[in-house]
Amino acid sequence: MSKELIRLSQCTMAFDGEVVLNSIDLVINDKEFLTLLGPSGCGKTTTLRIIGGFATPTSGDVFFDGVRINDLPPYKRTVNTVFQKYALFPHLNVFENVAFGLRINRHGGKKLSKAEITQRVMEMLEIVSLKGFENRDVTSLSGGQQQRVAIARALVNRPKVLLLDEPLGALDMRLRKDMQNELKRIHEAMGITFIYVTHDQEEALAMSDTVVVMDGGVIQQIGTPEAIYNEPVNAFVADFIGESNIVDGIMIADGVVEIFGRRFKCLDGGFAPNEPVDVVIRPEDVDIVDVKDGMLTGTVTNITFKGVHYDVIVDFKGFKWLIQTTDFCPVNSYIGIKIDPDGIHIMKKSAYSGMFGDYSSYSAEYDEIGDADYEPEEPDIEEAPYEA
Amino acid sequence: MRKKRRFSSRLFMGLIFVFLYAPIALLIIFSFNSSKSRTVWSGFTLEWYRQLFHDSTIMSSLTTTLSVSVLAAVIATVAGTFAAIGFYNMRRRWQNPLLAVSNIPVINADIVTGVSLCLLFVSLGSLLKFDLGFGTLLIAHVTFNIPYVILSVMPKLRQLDRNLVDAAQDLGCTWMQAFYKVIIPEILPGIINGMMIAFTMSIDDFVISYFTAGSKVQTLSMTIYAMTRKRISPKINAVSTLLFVFVLTMLLIINIREARQEKQLRLKNRTIK
Repeated sequence: MSKELIRLSQCTMAFDGEVVLNSIDLVINDKEFLTLLGPSGCGKTTTLRIIGGFATPTSGDVFFDGVRINDLPPYKRTVNTVFQKYALFPHLNVFENVAFGLRINRHGGKKLSKAEITQRVMEMLEIVSLKGFENRDVTSLSGGQQQRVAIARALVNRPKVLLLDEPLGALDMRLRKDMQNELKRIHEAMGITFIYVTHDQEEALAMSDTVVVMDGGVIQQIGTPEAIYNEPVNAFVADFIGESNIVDGIMIADGVVEIFGRRFKCLDGGFAPNEPVDVVIRPEDVDIVDVKDGMLTGTVTNITFKGVHYDVIVDFKGFKWLIQTTDFCPVNSYIGIKIDPDGIHIMKKSAYSGMFGDYSSYSAEYDEIGDADYEPEEPDIEEAPYEA
Repeated sequence: MRKKRRFSSRLFMGLIFVFLYAPIALLIIFSFNSSKSRTVWSGFTLEWYRQLFHDSTIMSSLTTTLSVSVLAAVIATVAGTFAAIGFYNMRRRWQNPLLAVSNIPVINADIVTGVSLCLLFVSLGSLLKFDLGFGTLLIAHVTFNIPYVILSVMPKLRQLDRNLVDAAQDLGCTWMQAFYKVIIPEILPGIINGMMIAFTMSIDDFVISYFTAGSKVQTLSMTIYAMTRKRISPKINAVSTLLFVFVLTMLLIINIREARQEKQLRLKNRTIK
């Protein structure tokens, strides 16, 4: 599990002087499911294209199994890709699409016999549950089926690494959930490395061994899904992964933080005395209690029924928090809240401080979350012409 | 009132069609006329068609036309396809102005293209010691055919998903292999349409051929023109009819193919949604 397979060292990528990737360092281990997560234009797709061989970093090195592969063309790499919107060959049927890579006389490799090709393609179609579809026209398949063909077409070449570029982006919610499980199953069955690019944090948390959160061409945090969620390093990560209330605080001493002039117990330490910090409080870690028992008191300004819980917006001295609770609190009621020490996470101040985690414009924020499916393509990469 | 209007609009339509097709209809009818008269119908015959195939001038010019058209269409298709791919890979800023320039021969008056090519060949010919003939005729045809090929290949390239080339390379193709195995099959309908248009344009051409073929080589349309000047023969009607039917058939095929491809594209887009 912990054997190093791919290493990006100080990789920088610039298109026409615009820096898309800023000196990133990343180690990817063998058999790992690693997700590159971030908003549109964060550099995640560029990172994937560098690993796939479709882009050469402006500076820095890429190593595969200890060998520098900066200038190795895609067709010589033991890496295969599932492209955004699948990129199936419309002039070939399902079988021929999957067989495509096997029919190419690979550099230095021996040609496979017809029987071998048929056997491997059929095996693969079975793995992706598309048995009986081999003679179908790819354009006649549904989105989910095309997705499976794309996965089979990549995996049939037995790559050491499978790259997936937002593969579920074009599918509807339900199908996406099914495919997430399917991909995890295939990852376990194949026993190879998956590198997955997405802007959907739920997808990243559900599937990955390791999540790499990126923004502005820089890696913000690398860690397990639990670590990323529970211990975000800055306001950007805290806001991007799940819902967060992020408030200014002052670290009085190890285990004591001051918010809104009140002291709270917490579990973090290692800061300078009286250091200003960002404090993350997840909406589900806040308990609503009677005013007299409350550590803080505020007025409910909005409540939305979400099925399992209510989203409650509470105004604390002009700063609005999102609280998720199963208790109904009517609008304009005055309430108190309680937070356990393990519900408070302290982060160092960063360039992102003050930008996220305020629910004052709740409805607008909500629309944005609802539209998370839609993401414009990263233009400078799409515009780049072919390279020989 | 309404009925009247409908009637007058139909009448108008009918008149347009008469204007457009009456001359051709007349031509076709008189190509089967047994007398040499151009005004009096005196019975059905295939005599003129029979004579046509025994006229050595017509047959040799037909051979010239066919060979120049086939060669020009093939050469223009190869050159035009590569040119279109070049344009496609260009930056947008350069692509559109250059495409516009390359399309000028399409809009340009044939006579201007013909005269200018003639001038070029004559001056180059006196320098490099060659005469106007089959070679110059072929070059001229290739020249005016290329834009038609580019125009029919370009839209197919624009429909091409750029990821397909990446996908092919990802699966082990070199750029050249990706080109043959993915790009060519994807844009093939456009290439074939372009070749058929080029072929038709070549068969059809008179003005440019007239200026670039020299005195020893004659295309079919040049022969027809010469025949009208020398003696009156219903063979002209027969050969013109054949030419008309051939070009019409080609254009029908091209249009049907294009309509089918559009329909397929619409279907494909619907299934993706």
